[in-house]
Amino acid sequence: MEIHAYEKLWLALALVLIVGFIGTITYGAAGAGIDMIDDKGGTVDPATLDQHPKFGDPGIERNGENSYDVYVVARQFVFEPGTTEPLRVPAGSTVTFHVTAADVIHGFEVVGTNANTMAIPGQVAEFTVEFGEPGEYGMLCNEYCGSGHHVMEGKIVVMEQEAFDSWYEQQQAQGEAEN
Amino acid sequence: MATESGGSEFVDTFPDEAAIIKASFLIAFVSLGIGAFFGLIQALHRTNVLRVIDSADYYTLLTGHGVLLAIVFTIFFLCGVFHWAVARSLDRPAESALFSWAWVGLMTTGTVLATVAILGGLVPNLGMSADVLFTFYAPLQAHPIFYIGLAMFIVGTWLAGADWFLSYRAWRQDHPDERIPLQTFMVLTTMIMWYISTLGVAVSVVFFLIPWSLGLIESVNPLLTRTLFWYFGHPIVYFWLMPAYLLWYTVLPKLAGGRLFSDPLARVVFLLFLLLSTPVGIHHQYLDPGIAEGFKFIAMTNTMFLLLPSLLTAFTVVASVEHGARQRGGEGYLRWLGALPWRDPAFTGMALAGAMFAAGGFSGMINAGMNINYLIHNTLWVPGHFHLTVGTAVALTMMAGSYWLVPQVTGTKLYSRPIGLLQVIMWFVGMVFMSNAMHRAGLAGIPRRTAEPQYQNFEFLTPIGSIFELRVQIALGGTLLFLSVVLFLFNILLTSLGEESDRPVDSYLPEPLSGPEGSPRILDNLAMWTGIAAVLVVLAYTLPLAGIIQNGGGLFGGGLPVPATVSAGFDLVLTTVTSAFNTLWGVVA
Repeated sequence: MEIHAYEKLWLALALVLIVGFIGTITYGAAGAGIDMIDDKGGTVDPATLDQHPKFGDPGIERNGENSYDVYVVARQFVFEPGTTEPLRVPAGSTVTFHVTAADVIHGFEVVGTNANTMAIPGQVAEFTVEFGEPGEYGMLCNEYCGSGHHVMEGKIVVMEQEAFDSWYEQQQAQGEAEN
Repeated sequence: MATESGGSEFVDTFPDEAAIIKASFLIAFVSLGIGAFFGLIQALHRTNVLRVIDSADYYTLLTGHGVLLAIVFTIFFLCGVFHWAVARSLDRPAESALFSWAWVGLMTTGTVLATVAILGGLVPNLGMSADVLFTFYAPLQAHPIFYIGLAMFIVGTWLAGADWFLSYRAWRQDHPDERIPLQTFMVLTTMIMWYISTLGVAVSVVFFLIPWSLGLIESVNPLLTRTLFWYFGHPIVYFWLMPAYLLWYTVLPKLAGGRLFSDPLARVVFLLFLLLSTPVGIHHQYLDPGIAEGFKFIAMTNTMFLLLPSLLTAFTVVASVEHGARQRGGEGYLRWLGALPWRDPAFTGMALAGAMFAAGGFSGMINAGMNINYLIHNTLWVPGHFHLTVGTAVALTMMAGSYWLVPQVTGTKLYSRPIGLLQVIMWFVGMVFMSNAMHRAGLAGIPRRTAEPQYQNFEFLTPIGSIFELRVQIALGGTLLFLSVVLFLFNILLTSLGEESDRPVDSYLPEPLSGPEGSPRILDNLAMWTGIAAVLVVLAYTLPLAGIIQNGGGLFGGGLPVPATVSAGFDLVLTTVTSAFNTLWGVVA
C-alpha cells in the first residue's frame, strides 16, 4: 500500500501525541496522585437509606486528627447536609466524602474546584479533599434530576478550627440527647 | 460505474431511491426546524434574556431539542445520504422499494410517538411526559410511548442497514472480484459499528425500561441502564460523524476542484472507527461510582487512540482540498487557500465545519483526559464541545452538503447560492460566539442542562471577562444559529418548489489520486473486522458489567438480591462469552 512520505510523518506525530496524552494522564494518576471515583465506596440499598448507620443521619464525623468523613445524601432537590444547613468542615483538614442518591441520579459539584462526582442510587461515591483556608464554597447538582433541578444547591463553610470544634461538640451533644 | 457516467442525473437513473431520500430529508429538516426553535428558547431562557416558558418546562424543550436534533435530524439525514451513496457507488437500485419504504415508515412512526410523548410534557393534566432528556437515565421515568417510539426508531435503522447490505450482496454476485466501492465500504463499516453499539440501548430499552415504565418490573439498576446507555451513547457520536466524513472524503475534494488523495487511507480510517467507537463509552462515566478505575483507564486509552482516525482525516482532507486548489491554479505555501471556491456554499460550509471540528477535537481531548475531566464534567463546557462536533462538524456539513445533494434528488437548481453562503457563514459566526462562551462558562463551574443557573448561595467567577458577557455571547450566538436554520429551510423549500432542470448540479465525482488497487484486500474483509470489533467490546465491557450487576443490586436494582436463576444464567453467559472470546482470539492470532 502506497503511503505518502508526509502522510507517514503525520501518522508518526499523531501517535506521539496520543502516547503523550496517555502518559500525562498516567503521571497524574500515579505520580501526582489524582484519585478517581471508583468502586471503593461500596453500595447501599437506596430503599432503606433512612435506617443506614451513616446515611440515616448524614453529616460530618471525626475519624482522626484533622481527618474527617462526610456523608451526603442527594435527593430531589436538596443536599443533606448542604441545602437547609451548610456543610461545615474545619480549615486545614482532610475530608473523605461519601455521596449517594436517594431517588434519581444527581450530581455533586463543589463550584470552581475539581471536587465533582455523580450520585447514583445504590452506589456510594468516595473521594478525599483537602480544605485549606477558612471560607465558603457553593455546591450544586450538575445532573438533571427533575423539574426543580435548577434550585438544587448548597453551601460548604470552611471554619476556623476552634469555631468548628465548639460547633462539632454541640452537634455531638445534641445527637446524644436525641438518642 | 456511475462515477464515470456523470451524464444523467441521480433522480432520473434512480427515481425510487430519490423518493426515499427526499422523504428522509424532509423529516430530517422538519426536525431541524423544531429542534432549533427549542434551542433558541433555551439559549434566551438560561441566560435570562427572555423567558417565555416556565423553568420546569425548560427540560421538556431540552429533551425535544436533544432528541429531535441529535437523533432524528442526524439519523434521518444519514439514511438519505447512505441511500444515495449505496445506489450511486454500486450503480444499482435498492433490491425492493417496498422494503425501503418500510424502514422509512417505521422510523417515522417511532419519531412521531417519541415526539408526542415529549411534547405531552407541555400539556398539564395530560398525564403523558418524557422529561428525561436525550440520555433518559433511570430512575427518571418517561411515558412508555417514549421508549416504544425509540425502540421502533432503532429497529427502523437496523432495517435500513439491512437494505444496504442486501444491495451490496446482490452487487457482489455480479462483481465477484472487485473491491467494494469506497462509499459503500463507508456505509457498511458504519452500519456494522451501529449494529454492535445499538445492542446496548436495545437491551436497556426492551428488557428494562419498557417493562419498568409499564409497571411489569418494580425497579431498575440505575448504574446498569446508565452504562448500557453509554455503551451506545458514544458510538452514536460516530454514527453522526460518519455521514459527514463520507461527504468530506468523497464530495468535498471534488467541490474544491480536485479529487480524494488516498482511497486506502480512507478505508483504514473507517475501519479504525468500527473497531474503536464502542469500547470507549465508559469515558462518559469517569465520575461514576461503582466502576473500577482500571476499566476507566482502558476506556481512556481506547478514546485517545480514537484521535488517530480523526487526525488522519484532517491530513487527507486538507491534502485533497489543497490538491483541488492547485488544480485551480493556486500556488505558494498558503496562498492556494485563496484559489478555493469560497462562493460555493456547499464547499464553504463543509470547510468551515471541518475547521470547527478541529477546535472541537481539542476540547474533546480535555474531556477524554480521565482526571482533567473532573474540572469540566457536566458543566457547560460539555455542550460547548459537542455543539462544535455534532452541532457544527456534523450539522453544518449536512446543511452544506444539502446544497449539492438536494438538487440531485429533486432535479431542481438550488434557489439561491448567496443566501446559502450567508447561511453557512452565519452558522459559523453564531457558533464561535456560543461555543467559546459555553466552554469558558464551564471552566467557571456553570452546570449544563439547567434552566436558570443563577444560585442563591454563591456566584460564579471567571478569570477573564465576566459572567454577564458570557451570557450575552450565548444569547447572541443562539439567535444567529436559529436565524441560520430559518434561512436554510427557506432556501431548501424554494429549491424543491423550483422548475425541473436538465443539469441541476455537477454531480460527477472523480476517482481518487491513489485508488484501492494497491491496498491489501484484507481491508475489505468485513467479517474479520466485525469479529475483532466484537472482541474489543467484550474485553472492555464484560467485567465492568459483571461488577455492576453483581455488586450493584442485581439486574433490576432496588436493593433486591439477584434471583438465583438470573444469577446462574448470568454466569452461563459469562462462561460462554469467555470461551467464545478464546476461540475468536485463536482464529485471529
